[in-house]
Amino acid sequence: MKRRPLLKSAFAASALMLSGLFPFTVQAAETIKVGILHSLSGTMAISETSLKDMALMTIEEINAKGGVNGKQLEAVVVDPASNWPLFAEKARQLLTQDKVDVVFGCWTSVSRKSVLPVFEELNGLLFYPVQYEGEELSPNVFYTGAAPNQQAIPAVEYLMSEDGGSAQRFFLLGTDYVYPRTTNKILRAYLKSKGVADKDIEEVYTPFGHSDYQTIVANIKKFSAGGKTAVISTVNGDSNVPFYKELASQGIAATDVPVVAFSVGEEELRGIDTKPLVGHLAAWNYFQSLENPANSEFVNKWQAYAKAKNLPGAAKAVTNDPMEATYVGIHMWAQAVEKAGSTSVDKVREALAGQSFEAPSGYTLTMDKTNHHLHKPVMIGEVQEDGQFSVVWQTEGPLRAQPWSPFIPGNDKKADYAVKGN
Amino acid sequence: MPTLLYRMLLSLALLLPLTSHAGDAADFVAASPARQAQLLESWAAAPDPARLPLLDALQNGRLVGDIAKQPFIEQDGRYVAVEDAAQPQGIPKKLRLNNRLRGLLATTQASHQLLDQDSTVRLAAARQLQKSAKPAQLALLDARLAAEDDKAVRDALALALANLQLVDSDPAVRLAAVRLLGESGEPLARTRLEALLASAESDSRVRKAAQTSLSQVERRLLLGELLGQAFSGLSLGSILLLAALGLAITFGLLGVINMAHGEMLMLGAYTTWLVQGAFQKFAPGYLDLYPLAALPVAFLVTAAIGMALERTVIRHLYGRPLETLLATWGISLILIQAVRVLFGAQNVEVANPSWLSGGLQLLPNLVLPYSRLAIIGFALFVVVLTWLLLNRTRLGLNVRAVTQNRNMAACCGVPTGRVDMLAFGLGSGIAGLGGVALSQIGNVGPDLGQSYIIDSFLVVVLGGVGQLAGTVMAASGLGIANKLLEPQIGAVLGKILILALIILFIQKRPQGLFALKGRVID
Amino acid sequence: MNMPMNPMPLNNSLLARAAGKLGPRASLGLGLLVLAVLVALPLLHLLPADSALHVSAYTLTLVGKILCYAVVALALDLVWGYAGMLSLGHGLFFALGGYAMGMYLMRESAGDGLPAFMTFLSWTELPWYWYGTSSFLWTLCLVVLAPGLLALVFGFFAFRSRIKGVYFSIMTQSLTFAGMLLFFRNETGFGGNNGFTSFRSILGFDITATGTRAVLFLCIVALLAGSLYLGLRLARSKFGRVLTALRDAENRLMFCGYDPRGYKLFIWVLSAVLCGLAGALYVPLVGIINPSEMSPTNSIEAAVWVALGGRGTLIGPLLGAGLVNGMKSWFTVAFPEYWLFFLGALFIVITLYLPKGVIGLLRKEKEQ
Repeated sequence: MKRRPLLKSAFAASALMLSGLFPFTVQAAETIKVGILHSLSGTMAISETSLKDMALMTIEEINAKGGVNGKQLEAVVVDPASNWPLFAEKARQLLTQDKVDVVFGCWTSVSRKSVLPVFEELNGLLFYPVQYEGEELSPNVFYTGAAPNQQAIPAVEYLMSEDGGSAQRFFLLGTDYVYPRTTNKILRAYLKSKGVADKDIEEVYTPFGHSDYQTIVANIKKFSAGGKTAVISTVNGDSNVPFYKELASQGIAATDVPVVAFSVGEEELRGIDTKPLVGHLAAWNYFQSLENPANSEFVNKWQAYAKAKNLPGAAKAVTNDPMEATYVGIHMWAQAVEKAGSTSVDKVREALAGQSFEAPSGYTLTMDKTNHHLHKPVMIGEVQEDGQFSVVWQTEGPLRAQPWSPFIPGNDKKADYAVKGN
Repeated sequence: MPTLLYRMLLSLALLLPLTSHAGDAADFVAASPARQAQLLESWAAAPDPARLPLLDALQNGRLVGDIAKQPFIEQDGRYVAVEDAAQPQGIPKKLRLNNRLRGLLATTQASHQLLDQDSTVRLAAARQLQKSAKPAQLALLDARLAAEDDKAVRDALALALANLQLVDSDPAVRLAAVRLLGESGEPLARTRLEALLASAESDSRVRKAAQTSLSQVERRLLLGELLGQAFSGLSLGSILLLAALGLAITFGLLGVINMAHGEMLMLGAYTTWLVQGAFQKFAPGYLDLYPLAALPVAFLVTAAIGMALERTVIRHLYGRPLETLLATWGISLILIQAVRVLFGAQNVEVANPSWLSGGLQLLPNLVLPYSRLAIIGFALFVVVLTWLLLNRTRLGLNVRAVTQNRNMAACCGVPTGRVDMLAFGLGSGIAGLGGVALSQIGNVGPDLGQSYIIDSFLVVVLGGVGQLAGTVMAASGLGIANKLLEPQIGAVLGKILILALIILFIQKRPQGLFALKGRVID
Repeated sequence: MNMPMNPMPLNNSLLARAAGKLGPRASLGLGLLVLAVLVALPLLHLLPADSALHVSAYTLTLVGKILCYAVVALALDLVWGYAGMLSLGHGLFFALGGYAMGMYLMRESAGDGLPAFMTFLSWTELPWYWYGTSSFLWTLCLVVLAPGLLALVFGFFAFRSRIKGVYFSIMTQSLTFAGMLLFFRNETGFGGNNGFTSFRSILGFDITATGTRAVLFLCIVALLAGSLYLGLRLARSKFGRVLTALRDAENRLMFCGYDPRGYKLFIWVLSAVLCGLAGALYVPLVGIINPSEMSPTNSIEAAVWVALGGRGTLIGPLLGAGLVNGMKSWFTVAFPEYWLFFLGALFIVITLYLPKGVIGLLRKEKEQ
């Protein structure tokens, strides 16, 4: 039995490695620690991995320009593995063990809800870069993605306009979780206020990972016989491919029934053959195809970074809205730290109010003075054959976020500034 | 006779634009989107064959305009002047259409194609106009109907016209239109008839005819819906079958709980992606054939991986089913993460070849997608192949012998180790074939297999271990039951209900639908 | 081998190895020592943060979480290691206990109103299954009843038709999968994908207070010690022997005149209830419960804890839960991309080379 001593020592070694449980932090002299909390394994890795890389690129960029307040930034990357309790544990680890000054992270709402009590308890600072359902306003979180009024409502306005096809009937299709539910609730109230009757709104939810859209597409077809119809899709990442493939193979074209999606961006289109999808729409605050100097610099930098770091799929690296939001968030935080002259959460929070940044979207984005959300422009893009979007409509300027949507009853009583424990 | 008057006016109207269309392209390029829509609508009411190239260029995205708003058509990278324009100033930009303009363009193109020589083109155009003709086109349709000599096109045109005549001032015209609509099975006909009935239609005969027509249309639509449901059930069943068939072999015949089975599907799909990439690079002319080429490659790749796994890991675990379960789960984790590291966590793009895109229009509200038809056919083909392999070849004989009595088979000189390896390879290879099929309808990503593994196990358990017929029955049964329940109680509750039914069913027949008869007891 | 183990994996493996070489009396002593350390941990947590002996909230929650997992591993071992039925659905019972406790916590933080997610769905009153959840006593009943009853019904049908072996594993896996789908639905009334979060207080005490955390931790230690004691008594009784016989040769046992159904059902329900209790303590500690706890992956991972530690022993599963989770915490920071490779390899190595787990390895060494 020669094997045993080897195994034994393997176990001893693994036991030793576990001492990593109580991390010994080697404090390199003059750095500011920045936590990155994105899933690198599990179901959410598909979306979050690129945000981690984007954050690292931005930090590298800031460091190359001399860092913040003369100190270099040091990224601490952890993997919450798409496991929600693990998000809370890792957040606590970042804040208490690694002693980071700020955390950039989370994608799903449930992960944000999971870490929120930790950030409020320990007075940490989290930047959340993804469009979400609102209904939350914590003093310890800055939201750099869109609130519903910065994405959903302008999209519907466009669909109802002549150029958008004067839609009269709306098929609201979503994955059954909170973001689609809230968005659809807001949309329903909004549509009603525009005189659309209940019989002209159909609301359907599918479970996570749903992959058989035959019945639903048949229903869309049936529904669309009753008048000019648009589909508003909040279908979540992985289910989009089977949904769009089914639309194409049942012969529903964008001219008959346009689909406007809130969760489909450049990164998602990478996994889809876009030729049958031309004309379908997406609403975001940023598209890679935007033509302006800031954006071409941003895109070039990212593509060069992906190539240099040999990221998977680097040859076709694309940028998307949450990546831009991550980029903007880190820069704004860095500016606020410079302004405050300190990384103390309370001072940085104060300095962030009213902070502005020349974003790749071509607009100067401003952090609201009170409500912790960015003022963002809204753009509607049409899917093109090459997997990019061409902007067909955009708001005149950035809109202020309404995290508490006026279309949800009871929200009129909620304060428009951050309060703990909402 | 108002119709006669109409026709006379129309022929006049038709003559007019011939004299005044010189600047169409320039007008269009210079116009605002709203004005462009107006232009398209007016062209649709008064088609002119000379305008067709312009419309085609517009539809193909080849119409460009320079900064001086001069129109050009792009051809192989060169800009060809459409009208008087000489040289493009600056770099011309492609004219971007939105969905509204695209819709109007299709209608306009159709009304131009009504003048085509080829009757099939005219038929397609008439069909398009059934959906989208505008009242302004009434006169045009009327004229074309009078001039048309092809029966099929006449019928199609008459229907398109009937849609517009529902609001005619003459009750007799309305009555004829209503009757004609009853003959069609279009979902739109129902909406139109319902709108007519809801409106202030005064003529009682028209009302009555509309009622009859409506119920006629509804009957046809119901038929289409029922057939559609049955088809989607069958299609889901065929997908489950392809996913589960490989498992039926490894689990059913060898007793190996292969939790890495889903990953074999995933590897098959990734192989398809790689083959597609190879075709794009080395044989772009034959790109459409890549799924066919992917089949043998996927089979060989997954079979080889399967055999390697069998030799290195699973071989040591025969007779310990619960432990194979854990070990193969470990293998599946490693395979998933390996794919993630190699190809990235994002999904990869597998495009349907043109012969698998689109569908067969059986009824106005029933389209059978080619990709799904192909998968149903392919599933049957694989089942037959497997059956032949197991029942008509020496390998099949050996596999069955080993399944029934390993020791006895070994005594008779069957090389059980080799048979195990080959059977496992066969099961994995079939899973790889399933992966090729799955890549045509859904995601290709590292997690692809995970979403099929539980369903596959249920199919095998329900069908009865070691029985091909049982697997086929169970897969199609589950598929159809799922699709029947989905409209009633939703996808999730349907799935849960089916699960409960399976648990109850296993009470009755613990060995599944088709059980091996025997008196073996452990 | 009857000592409660220190959850800290570093100490854990060393202690276990030491225990392997010591006599029963010494190992009892060691066990008591570990228990003492576990009781001391929360007390040290109460010390001011700048004190040298202070145990941070992070360490306490992490250790507490692993202790909860250890209870699950123990419960799974009772049905798998002793009675030979591999359940791949224990995550469901764990989550049900957690949800029962979560309902109470949600009611407590919602005060007189409805929990936030219900107002959000425009519900005006509580669904019937929420009645009484504002009472802590009823919640404790629910924590036991929800997983217990489900296990009873499922077990009754499964054992009646003699579903066993792989079939049983697959059915339990489908069961937890179905549960997950059901709880993901927002209409089910358990908060959908977000589940329950943002708890404020338990029995009126602030849930983030150091004192509350310490008491919760002590409860978990007590649950673990209690389950261990129960497991020990069961294993040494006639009942335990019948179970082992059932695992090794069910038919022979039947021919001897035993009816295995009652035995199986009892241990199955007991195991489910233990899981439920662990879940109920886990939720206030980590602050979230969500349907992904029911995902089949989690339940399979629990089987690996048991297999790694050693099936059919009482210490093994605890050791396994500690080792795997400790490694997970470390790996996901140090080499995030390689964690799944490692876990996968672990599965294979254990089944191929360590059928009796770490405990088997240690025992063999002792015999030499």
